[in-house]
Amino acid sequence: MIKETHNANHTTTVRLTHLVVSLSIITLLVSGFVILMAHPRLYWGEVGNDLTKPLFELPISKNYKHGGWTPSTAFYSTLNSPVSASRTFDIFNQNGWARSLHFMAGWLLVATGAVYLIYSLFSGHIRNNILPRSSDFNLKNIIIEIKEHALLQIRAAAGGPSYGILQKISYFIVIFIFVPGTVVTGLTMSPAITAAHPVLLDIFGGYQSARTIHFILAAVLLLFTGVHVFMVIKSGFKKQMKSMFIGR
Amino acid sequence: MKKKTNYTRRDFVIGGAAVLGSLAISGCDKKTINAPTYGNILRVADNFTYIAHRTLLPGQSLAREYTLADIKSYPATGTIDPSASTQEKPSETYGKLKANSFKDWRLTIEGCVEKPGSYSLLDLKKLPLKKQITRNTCEEGWTGIAQWTGVQLSRLLVSVGIMPKACCVCFYAYDDYFESLDMLDALHPQTLLAYGMNGKDLMIAHGAPLRLRVEKQIGYKSVKFLNRIVVKDVFDDGGDKGAIKAGWAWYTGI
Repeated sequence: MIKETHNANHTTTVRLTHLVVSLSIITLLVSGFVILMAHPRLYWGEVGNDLTKPLFELPISKNYKHGGWTPSTAFYSTLNSPVSASRTFDIFNQNGWARSLHFMAGWLLVATGAVYLIYSLFSGHIRNNILPRSSDFNLKNIIIEIKEHALLQIRAAAGGPSYGILQKISYFIVIFIFVPGTVVTGLTMSPAITAAHPVLLDIFGGYQSARTIHFILAAVLLLFTGVHVFMVIKSGFKKQMKSMFIGR
Repeated sequence: MKKKTNYTRRDFVIGGAAVLGSLAISGCDKKTINAPTYGNILRVADNFTYIAHRTLLPGQSLAREYTLADIKSYPATGTIDPSASTQEKPSETYGKLKANSFKDWRLTIEGCVEKPGSYSLLDLKKLPLKKQITRNTCEEGWTGIAQWTGVQLSRLLVSVGIMPKACCVCFYAYDDYFESLDMLDALHPQTLLAYGMNGKDLMIAHGAPLRLRVEKQIGYKSVKFLNRIVVKDVFDDGGDKGAIKAGWAWYTGI
């Protein structure tokens, strides 16, 4: 049995920021998917388009491997010259509202995320509840936790901290790597921001690399959200929802 | 029309400084800090992005420029010929201009300017040219790098003498497309009126004979098939012709 350090309720700040952040992330995932449908090809480097080779393509809209292109014209008379071709196919594109909605949810995520981070860093929420303690790194406990999770033997939750070591690690990674990572790779896709801060392009290896990393991080966040909801259900749905959204 | 086609560096620096200075002093009307027609809830976020970019980012930072080796294949999307029968309203005028290799084509610049101008392609090619190898970023998600040759829009705006009250530059195209820029992007050194792509005349599919390049915004701001430029003292979103009515953000630096 893992020793529980303390058993607190979720604080009001955590509950409110969790509500707004989860709504933002759901909105970002949905609008991001619609944006990806317009061009479901992912690349590496700075350049990627229908006339260059993708890393992979996703069969998620009628734009998948569409063949509506005129014969290509070479830019130069040299062998292997880059070419141009014109699109003759009416593509699926709902990016007008999808992009605006995505950026609105993005602003909401960044603003609320900042409030959460400032609160959590100064109130000790990160240090006490999220950051694994040295006592958490007990091989026996870790093995027991992995075994329990693998067998889906999820303990009934108290409806707030404290958290198990696997839970702490996944929250920590989501808070400090995956969410900030999607934000920064998102900013790297902005031509105005990269004009002011071209270092972003160097960090991620170009616009299209940033877009691909953005997609992978978003896919991981979707996976996290799925597992998170599953764990909420398995550990006592009613109690968990009540403690996170209503408070006790 | 009498036109001064050769500018010394001094002319340009003084002209540019005068324009920027007068803008800074008299400024646009306070209300025009807001991008136009942000009626619905989604536009609130676009407007917030616009204000944040204009407040937090240095206005004249340059978009990254690349080398010839970085140039890759580059598709043409959107309108690929304004006179094509597949167009909703094929442009006969454009068809005639195209048939005569654009010898009769002229670009007019009018509105809040001291000396409205009209330029043939040859007039523009006589002006000091600027070449830049930049990345086009399409809202769809694709990118392309090409070398663009043309005249800085700021150079033309200074030569026609934009008035201090000017705050919006509108672009009208032969395919009925419309876009507008604020003065910061209009006067940006990389904002180009391009007649060449990858060392050759602009292909029709890429906007011949002249297109706009706005390197700090998404591709749909870079209007192809330019016909007319109008400088205004109010923000104009183009009404039914503009992108906003169709649900697209006016500011797309993001």
